[in-house]
Amino acid sequence: MARNDDVIVKEGVEQETVDAVRTLGDKYKYGWETEIEEERAPKGLSEDIVRLISAKNEEPDWMLELRLAAYQRWLQMKEPDWAMVEYPEIDFQDQYYYARPKSMAEKPKSLDEVDPKLLATYEKLGIPLKEQMILAGVEGADEVPADGANSERKVAVDAVFDSVSVGTTFKKELAEAGVIFCSISEAIREHPELVKKYLFSVVPQSDNFYATLNSAVFSDGSFVYIPEGVRCPMELSTYFRINAENTGQFERTLIIADKGSYVSYLEGCTAPQRDKAQLHAAVVEIVILEDAEVKYSTVQNWFPGDENGKGGIYNFVTKRADCRGDRSKVMWTQVETGSAVTWKYPSCVLRGDDSQGEFYSIAITNNYQQADTGTKMTHLGKNTKSRIVSKGISAGKAQNTYRGLVSMHPRAKNSRNYTQCDSLLIGDQCGAHTVPYIEVKNNSSRVEHEATTSKVDDEQMFYCRQRGMDEEEAVALIVNGFAREVLQALPMEFAMEAQQLVAISLEGSVG
Amino acid sequence: MSAVAQLKQTALADRLAVLESPAGGAWANEARADARARLEAMGLPAPRDEYWRFTRPASLNAPVPVPAAIFDHGCEAPVFGAVDRLTIVFVDGVFDPDQSDPLEMAGIEIERLADAAGKDIHWVRELYGKLEARGQAPVERPFAALNTAFAADGVVIRVTGPAEKPVNLVYRHENENSDAMLHHVVKLEAGADLTLLENGPAAARFNKVLEVEVADGAAFHHVRTQGRDHERQAVTHVFARLGAESIFKSFTLTVNGRLTRNECVVEMKGDNAVAHIAGAAMGDGSDDAFHHDDTVFVTHDAENCESRQVFKKVLRNGAVGAFQGKILVKPGAQKTDGYQKSQSLLLDDDSTFLAKPELEIYADDVACSHGSTSGAIDEEAMFYLRSRGVPELIATDLLVLAFLADAIAEIENPAIADDITGRLDAWLQRRRS
Repeated sequence: MARNDDVIVKEGVEQETVDAVRTLGDKYKYGWETEIEEERAPKGLSEDIVRLISAKNEEPDWMLELRLAAYQRWLQMKEPDWAMVEYPEIDFQDQYYYARPKSMAEKPKSLDEVDPKLLATYEKLGIPLKEQMILAGVEGADEVPADGANSERKVAVDAVFDSVSVGTTFKKELAEAGVIFCSISEAIREHPELVKKYLFSVVPQSDNFYATLNSAVFSDGSFVYIPEGVRCPMELSTYFRINAENTGQFERTLIIADKGSYVSYLEGCTAPQRDKAQLHAAVVEIVILEDAEVKYSTVQNWFPGDENGKGGIYNFVTKRADCRGDRSKVMWTQVETGSAVTWKYPSCVLRGDDSQGEFYSIAITNNYQQADTGTKMTHLGKNTKSRIVSKGISAGKAQNTYRGLVSMHPRAKNSRNYTQCDSLLIGDQCGAHTVPYIEVKNNSSRVEHEATTSKVDDEQMFYCRQRGMDEEEAVALIVNGFAREVLQALPMEFAMEAQQLVAISLEGSVG
Repeated sequence: MSAVAQLKQTALADRLAVLESPAGGAWANEARADARARLEAMGLPAPRDEYWRFTRPASLNAPVPVPAAIFDHGCEAPVFGAVDRLTIVFVDGVFDPDQSDPLEMAGIEIERLADAAGKDIHWVRELYGKLEARGQAPVERPFAALNTAFAADGVVIRVTGPAEKPVNLVYRHENENSDAMLHHVVKLEAGADLTLLENGPAAARFNKVLEVEVADGAAFHHVRTQGRDHERQAVTHVFARLGAESIFKSFTLTVNGRLTRNECVVEMKGDNAVAHIAGAAMGDGSDDAFHHDDTVFVTHDAENCESRQVFKKVLRNGAVGAFQGKILVKPGAQKTDGYQKSQSLLLDDDSTFLAKPELEIYADDVACSHGSTSGAIDEEAMFYLRSRGVPELIATDLLVLAFLADAIAEIENPAIADDITGRLDAWLQRRRS
């Protein structure tokens, strides 16, 4: 396989790091395809397709109306061009907007009725849909020392295959705790009062070009409701798999954490290796009420395209959490290794007083991948806090951009933001960029922003040196500690997968 | 045509209707026609322009400026008054030979732009509008193209060796309705050295372009103060191109002013060049709105160059301070050392700080970073001073001066740095009394 052997790597970047990044580009182990009969909507996008998706999901009229309104709005909108990504123009009429395995025509009543081929697909991905099994997500999860806690650990999974949810595990056990975890299409039918109240309330129908497209054509996704005071008894997870060719995946996730509740939510995704790029335009909305807390973790491993930049997923995603209640808290953690093009900015609206938002990100781009990702922290309430930690690693001929906004509104007195973005370039043909926006409209708030490509904090350095470490040792300690901070923000299962994916020593970032 | 493009063209058409192209010789006519063509292709900034995200261009676009009252400096000594210098005075954007020193000095050639433009052959044709044109990509700067096309006056300076003394451009404002444009070109030959000082409000609305070519091994020091006039508006551009081992240092002090947009575009073309761009701004939004915008674009296109951007702002009573800084490291610009610092001190709850410190890097062996902070006066520092008996107002001013010191430290000439610090101190004292 062709490698970027022509790339000159700077001294100080360890060979291990270089190899690890190369491995990511060379081998995409989820690139296989499931041969399964699928039924698709006709190619292209029109009002009829929107109606068809709504009908397939057996939706009530009010939902169809919302979709049609979004579609009309989308027709008026222009694709955003401000991100530092370049890709051939997308022909929105040359895509399929709905694909589902034929075996899913009749909704299976339980997991036992699900097509074994589908179950095997997830098995192969390391996501067993049988209950009583922990989510592997990772090979080697079994090897985790059984210190009691882990062997008991359960994760409920909602598995989305192309346009439909094929099954959700542990529904009964979750229901006993009052937690609703199901596909969004099911929620629209079964829990219209919650969906009506919260859907589109964080990401409005016509929020941006891709979110609006999603509002019109979203086919499935996950729905979570954690009732007041409930700590969700297990971690929830959605696994997205694109299988069908030429088909876009448009899922919509809605998470509602009622007062004083807690949930940790994991998201994973993969797609077969194909020559032609595929579109993925998802929306995630999270509503967090008083004293509630949501952790949302993503390991994004869509097919990144081959080493010559052919194929791959265009990942245009809108994710936003609304900390509506006082003292509410959200934490976004993302490990972005896949996709040919990424356009993604998980955001926090800190509306409630004393609410908190955190964003931890590792984005790795290799070969011809392009990522433009970051976050928005909108401080509206008093004493709100936010923290942004972003690591971008760029290799091959890739472009990696951090783009973020920190906004302190006049009312957000005594608020605090800390932002740290670091970039590492491996090779002389890639790019790493930082585009932060800072808007401060009151003086009791403090905003600190630091971005580096190689420098570590002078004060930390001074502290270490003062205690007798040599410079390299000190740098290794500081940078290592920092990388771990991002990885440790992930739940255990994901941390393992992420470590495997990242497997990169960051020491080389200090030249 | 899109709606935004339409707005840009309409704004330009309104502006062009009241402007007249100055007469000149062949090279000047050509340079001005080229600039006009550039301008017509881009139009004037529109409200939705990303590059004008932090500053509203409307009052700079308007065909006629908002009148600005003449500021009374009282008996205060002029800025740079203590420095031995060659003074060139412009009154409301027009060269005033009576108030100026003779345009003669060892090591340099100085000429009025209006004179140089009348000649058919002149060295300045190689530079006039050329550096501005290079600075139009990747981001458009319409007011600079407007200036190149329509500025009738300014100075052109060629420096062949170490200049005997600094050149001081003094801008007087005597007409409440003046709308001035000045365009200066400075060419430093290899090994030459010049300090350029600028001060004064210039006009009710002032559009200035300074193009500087710094050849290999040359050094250019630039210090300017943008008066205390509350009502004036200014949009200024510096375009600099740096040769190998050259030095470019620019410092700007801004105190008051309804609207200021200072753009600085530096292109590092030779290895081992050094560029430092600094600014200290102090604004009070109460007498009139204070809006100050520093927009900086540094391109590293050679190896082992160093760039620094240090911008400090002290804001009170609804003042707005903005910083848009960018470091672009082109492929091959290895060993680049680039740094941006933008900090603001908000003295009360009404003021606003906006920043976009941007890095775009295409070389791997670089050390580029930026830091940005914003907040109120440090409570601990204040407590320390108060506990030692310093009254609150004085303590505040001491901390303000300490905060600005980082930027002022970028001025290499100690006498000028002291003059700037002393003046700031005096202005702060007057505020207290």
